[in-house]
Amino acid sequence: MTKPAIKKPAMNRPVLMVMAGCALLAIAAWLLAMVLTGGPEDYAERYAGQSAPDDSASAAGAMSSSPRPSASASSASPSSSESGQAAAPASAPATAAPPRSAIPDNEFGELVRQGERIFADPGQFASDWVGNDLSCQNCHFDAGRYDKTASLRSAWPMYPAYRSKNQHVNDFAERLQGCFTYSMNGKAPPRDGEVIQALQAYSFWLAKGMPTGEAPDVRGYPDVGDPPEPPSFARGETVFQEHCALCHGDDGQGQKAAGGAPGFPPLWGPRSYNWGAGMHRVNTAAAFIKAAMPLGKPDVTDQQAWDVALFINSHERPQDPRFTGSVQDTAERFHQHQGQYGKTVNGQVLGEHSPPSGTVP
Amino acid sequence: MARWFVVLGLCLLFPSAFAQSPDGAPAAAGSCVACHGAEGQGSGAFPHLAGLGEAYLRRQLDAFASGERVNAIMKPIASGLSESQRQAVAGYFSGLEMAPTEAAGGPPPDGPGRTLAVHGRWQQDLPACVQCHGPGGQGIGEDFPPLAGQPAAYLEDQLKAWRAGNRPAGPQGLMGHIAERLDDDDLKAVAAYFAALPAATAEAGDD
Ligand code: HEC
Ligand code: HEC
Ligand code: HEC
Ligand code: HEC
Repeated sequence: MTKPAIKKPAMNRPVLMVMAGCALLAIAAWLLAMVLTGGPEDYAERYAGQSAPDDSASAAGAMSSSPRPSASASSASPSSSESGQAAAPASAPATAAPPRSAIPDNEFGELVRQGERIFADPGQFASDWVGNDLSCQNCHFDAGRYDKTASLRSAWPMYPAYRSKNQHVNDFAERLQGCFTYSMNGKAPPRDGEVIQALQAYSFWLAKGMPTGEAPDVRGYPDVGDPPEPPSFARGETVFQEHCALCHGDDGQGQKAAGGAPGFPPLWGPRSYNWGAGMHRVNTAAAFIKAAMPLGKPDVTDQQAWDVALFINSHERPQDPRFTGSVQDTAERFHQHQGQYGKTVNGQVLGEHSPPSGTVP
Repeated sequence: MARWFVVLGLCLLFPSAFAQSPDGAPAAAGSCVACHGAEGQGSGAFPHLAGLGEAYLRRQLDAFASGERVNAIMKPIASGLSESQRQAVAGYFSGLEMAPTEAAGGPPPDGPGRTLAVHGRWQQDLPACVQCHGPGGQGIGEDFPPLAGQPAAYLEDQLKAWRAGNRPAGPQGLMGHIAERLDDDDLKAVAAYFAALPAATAEAGDD
């Protein structure tokens, strides 16, 4: 089982021996892979033709923005050999977020609850700032609690942090604003308004017991292994039809539940995340899909995850909010990473026919 | 199982129920109303069929007939229908709507059943039931049947059937994979929760 990252305090001898054996095997496999591929260069570089600037908050290291050759061996499990040797922290970090029932019955607790409501259903509780049919928890499961999908408790203690995306140090409020602008294709709510305040209170409360400024074992989406073959649109389409369309629809537009309530979210098109969102990056989407899709039974291979990530991100979606008036210029300035924006797919330049961004109600 | 034979016996006491075929219904649907209710609204321990997805209904009839979904009552009935009759009754029942009802006994029970249904158990990678079965268990599209208002014993039997290998795991093996990870207490609690929800609410009815 791949359980995320909680540090195991004590290990007995046979377990250690097996782990040492695995580590040796992994090293051998990595060496072999280096020989076969001609060197340890990042897959990102081969695929995108340039080094991909990392958009993750700089200190983290555990973010999964670019696949590392050896990381696949240990994907979600704590980097086994290392954690055995690492000096135990003075007090172990909390192994889980506190239960919902522990939210206090006072004004602070009410703000925490409001934060959870907004996170689970921003279209209803923060509608002024939302320009698509998604919710925060579509990509951060269980209202931001699930450790494998960029949990809030793993993010909160890591801010303020420098982000290459906007080239300055962001505090948590600004990080949250970015999610509204890009993932939610909306507008940034004011920092001192109720929406950001409630989301901060909620994240703070979830992060109880997490050491400030210490990179948590699991953050962002777990690493996905390198694809044996470069990702392919055609194979991705097949993966999509066989593993995803049941829920997200043949046209990727999702499905409403009975009575028009939110059902399965759209993966592209005018009601999905825009061309500035983290999920439009093929590597980020591949990591998410490998960890979490199909819902409840994430059983696609690394190769399939990359193929289908490329496929879903080769369709039009709302424009990048930083659009300068020219797709080529916007691509050069903001898309030096593993994304399809500005690339030609099936004779169309992606970004040329994007619906406008940020059209909130 | 014994329970079903008792109910079957009761049905046979009312042969008139078999005779009537609702207006506009395919002839084959006439024999269903005895157990599944006029207009497919369900009755007693029998599940309702109205408003379930056509593809879903068809798949169940095929599975009863082939024996992959094990059920002594439905097997002969489904086997007795031709391919086109199965398609016709599936289309017919999926086109009917559940009549709006008040929640049977007040608001649904709070507790572990609700928690599993609404939040899942993600520490064990288990999604919430409502993520696939829709808010309020009202179903999503053709393939994700509504659970709200189905009889508790029926829902529990289905979850047990998956664990025992007596029902096909369903599209992409999703549901079988979920049921395998539930224990007896989970089944009871979550079945009771969905059974207590109204099958149709006034808003859900008129869309
Ligand atoms: C059983 C139904 C189901 C299947 C099959 C499924 N998904 Fe999802 N997917 C969901 C649900 C539900 C969510 C939202 C999760 C939440 O809100 O907790 C989601 C969320 C997503 C998201 C993030 C939200 C968005 O709309 O962009 C992506 C991307 C995604 N799925 C891709 C895929 C891909 C690729 C596949 C196939 C490999 C797939 N899904 C298969 C149900 C499914
Ligand atoms: C379409 C998917 C998607 C949606 C919707 C979404 N996010 Fe995110 N979010 C991401 C991705 C991708 C990342 C970067 C994770 C990574 O690189 O591993 C991220 C990162 C974050 C982070 C920083 C995590 C860290 O460890 O630094 C926070 C906080 C966050 N999101 C909050 C939100 C909030 C609040 C909302 C709703 C207003 C939201 N997200 C909606 C995809 C999404
Ligand atoms: C004698 C009573 C009886 C009659 C008559 C009957 N059924 Fe059933 N039906 C049942 C029972 C009992 C079940 C529950 C089976 C189980 O537990 O798996 C069932 C289940 C079903 C299901 C599965 C529902 C679901 O939610 O998965 C379908 C579909 C169905 N019946 C269709 C029909 C059709 C169509 C007819 C008429 C041609 C019919 N039934 C006639 C007793 C009956
Ligand atoms: C990942 C998606 C998914 C999730 C999550 C899910 N289900 Fe299902 N469920 C399905 C599908 C698909 C079917 C239809 C199976 C078939 O076609 O035979 C189904 C069918 C059922 C049925 C049979 C309904 C009937 O009328 O016979 C029951 C009962 C059920 N699910 C209960 C649950 C419960 C309880 C949970 C939460 C613990 C749950 N499901 C979570 C996908 C899901």
